[in-house]
Amino acid sequence: MILEFKLNNEERSVDLADENTPLLWVIRDIIGLKGTKFGCGKAACGACTLHVEGEAVRSCSYPAKFAQGKNITTIEGLGNAKAPHPVQQAWIEEIVPQCGYCQPGFMMATAALLNKIPNPTDEDIDRNIINVCRCGTYYRMRKAIHRAAELNQAITPKTDTDV
Amino acid sequence: MSKEKKTLSRRKFIVRGGLGTLGVLAVGTYILRNPIRRKVLGLANSMDTAYMGSTNDPMLWFEITEQNTVRLHSPKVEMGQGSFTGLAQMAADELDVSMEQIEVVHATTATGNIDGMATGDSTSISGLWQPLREMAATTREMLKIEAAKKLGVDPDQLLTENASVKGNGQSLSYAEVAMGVTEWDIPDTPPLKDFKAYKYIGTPVARVDLSDKVFGEPIFGMDATMPGMLYGAIVRPTTIGASFESADTSKAENMPGVVKIIEEDDFVGIVARSMTEAENAKQAITVNWKTQSELQTEDIVTMMTVGNGKSTIIQKEGQALKGEGVVEMEFRSPIGAHAQIEPNGVLASVDGDKATIMISTQVIGLTRKEVANRLNLDEEKVNVIPTYLGGGFGRRLHTPHAVQAALMSKAVGKPVKYFFSRKEEFQHDMFRPPTHHILKGRLNKDGLLEGLEHHFVSGDVGNRSALVSDIVPSILGADIGAIRGGFLQYTKVPNYRSVYWHVSLPFATSWWRSLGLLANTFAIESFIDAMAVKSGIGPVDFRLRQIADDPLGIRLKETIKSAAKKAGYVDQAVNGRAMGLAASIDSGTPCAQVAEVSIEDGKIKVHKVTCALDPGIAVNPDQVRAQCEGAIIMGISAGLHEQMYVENGSLQPTIYGPYEMALMKHAPKEIDVVLLQGRDRPGPVGEPPLGPIAAAVANAVFRLTGKRLQQLPLKLS
Repeated sequence: MILEFKLNNEERSVDLADENTPLLWVIRDIIGLKGTKFGCGKAACGACTLHVEGEAVRSCSYPAKFAQGKNITTIEGLGNAKAPHPVQQAWIEEIVPQCGYCQPGFMMATAALLNKIPNPTDEDIDRNIINVCRCGTYYRMRKAIHRAAELNQAITPKTDTDV
Repeated sequence: MSKEKKTLSRRKFIVRGGLGTLGVLAVGTYILRNPIRRKVLGLANSMDTAYMGSTNDPMLWFEITEQNTVRLHSPKVEMGQGSFTGLAQMAADELDVSMEQIEVVHATTATGNIDGMATGDSTSISGLWQPLREMAATTREMLKIEAAKKLGVDPDQLLTENASVKGNGQSLSYAEVAMGVTEWDIPDTPPLKDFKAYKYIGTPVARVDLSDKVFGEPIFGMDATMPGMLYGAIVRPTTIGASFESADTSKAENMPGVVKIIEEDDFVGIVARSMTEAENAKQAITVNWKTQSELQTEDIVTMMTVGNGKSTIIQKEGQALKGEGVVEMEFRSPIGAHAQIEPNGVLASVDGDKATIMISTQVIGLTRKEVANRLNLDEEKVNVIPTYLGGGFGRRLHTPHAVQAALMSKAVGKPVKYFFSRKEEFQHDMFRPPTHHILKGRLNKDGLLEGLEHHFVSGDVGNRSALVSDIVPSILGADIGAIRGGFLQYTKVPNYRSVYWHVSLPFATSWWRSLGLLANTFAIESFIDAMAVKSGIGPVDFRLRQIADDPLGIRLKETIKSAAKKAGYVDQAVNGRAMGLAASIDSGTPCAQVAEVSIEDGKIKVHKVTCALDPGIAVNPDQVRAQCEGAIIMGISAGLHEQMYVENGSLQPTIYGPYEMALMKHAPKEIDVVLLQGRDRPGPVGEPPLGPIAAAVANAVFRLTGKRLQQLPLKLS
């Protein structure tokens, strides 16, 4: 099939032999963006988390055909060194990563969480951030998530729905 | 000034390298008598290892770029431990460059020094502390010598700062100095700077790899690519001990995307256009495996019982405990998986008599040797390019899959990338071995220990590892990894002994971050807590009064006092919460922790951990803290959640989730790290803080419930 979608605000078109190929491999191996990671292939660890229409999705178990016509964002599209996303900025301020492999998935999950809950409590974080980190950076991540919420609110004016 | 290359401080390395060089130690000394053997094993528990690579050519370490930055080729790999940052700090301070002017890359086997042994044992910073600073200082002097020639002045009139050489009213950048120099004078090693003169060492500078890791740069083995690259898969057995007999590949051969199926003596490989196609073809191959195992977890537990296998007394003073009043308790730990998130993987390209291997590995040299041997290539023609590791934890201290990828690449004449599925990761891990411990003790009339004994059994850690010469276990009599943390640190007790039993299991067990430390400390420190409760002296004083006043003992006592004080330790449950204390020494680094725990919905909840660690000099205090935080959380994961089991000959589970690990909700919301500096050089950091945590939590649970949990993972029912 011809798969057409928007990836990090760019139109993409890919000729796929197998429409059930996980979206992860389309992005990593066909398009060549490596920031989205493979961890388990069963949506059990969250290393492959990206956004489909702003929602966190575990792309290792997301058939590519479902991405047809959708807006996809990966860590490369979240922000960059010149214009980091508040989540990335907070991750830098708190010096979160150790090995770093699971971190893009966590940052994407956090960015999606902040879209839904701009100022998450510790309980919100516990319930929603359920990726796996083997280095044990959860302690700094929690601090970074709270910091990202602050940074995010500083740049996003409050609307009625946030209150 | 000599033009000859000098060997820098070699004598010092040999002296300090005694334990890193276990293979060397083996030469010529076949039988060590028991007291000597115990002495050597005791050293192995209290000392750290040195760097094991070439240090006689500064040119291999540093590169000066046209942009006037210095590129450090690190012989150690970065797997999250933050050593790239610490090494950059150490080099920058002696080179007189700023952190912005230094960049760290992995040395490859073609471009620089690699550590002859491995990256592991928490030695990247401690092992390179002396040689790297000496190398940097030498390089700085080399730049001064060349600058002096160009400026027509004496080198002694010149100063270096900010990557430039200045003097006599003139200034040259390092890049300008290096331009056109083809032959460098290498002076004698200059004296190192006074510690107070250091600008970066001892300060919490940000990680040098932070930006790459936050913006998703392709830095891992899994991200490696080469033009025309294909994808490989390997058929692996799902039961213990099964070996390959024959395979029916006819169906897979005609599947879409399949390029070639390769049958070697010991494996079947599939090469295809994509990862998915390779995996699909793999599913279509039927393999006949030799031998079927019917093993169950209970069989493993039975095997792993004190009294089985071969024993070695690793510590002995006074008499064995006999007679009335001896308290005896037993403890167990399960099989543990590494579960690092980046699966093992490799990209191999074999072209005629040359091979290039891009790989996440902790053993660059060993990997090169294995590829060269199996493909019958010159070692010099095999270039191993290490990448950042998506977690190491000891899992990548053996990466023989490089050989399989190289064979597949040779067969198709193109680069082949191959990595494990998660199921393969769980079933073909080199597991942390299960352990069993019997602790014995008797109190005297003053409530102190009159005798203390630790009898323990473990599967292989160092034994049968490709890194340890086969001769070592027969000399030392004990597994150098399994005994880590198995020594009793209460040596004021008049009678004590530690006896190690060794059992090899029918599946691979090996290095897992901190080796025996996690399980041994859990057992010993749980028992000490029980004896402290029985004595009525209280867990802090009970420990302090029975630790000897030798240098290491004094440092250990300081960490215990410091952790107890910072945590505000109280020896009873208050408002549904209680504290537990435990302490250990690993490779010369003492650590004490206090865990604050409650029971919520019948489960153990760890709220806060206070950790006092004495690594000596903390080159980067922020990253030392990060290692403590990470080790505490990994220890909570292993100590409260994780276990592999064996069912009908198959290692289970095979996926995250069923293999329970600590998630965000299980991590303590407070971790308070106190760093002590009880000696004037950096010591190991990455593993020592994994010691106390499981016992600290178990000891807190006892104060909450009156139950002494004697098995990992800690569960209330």
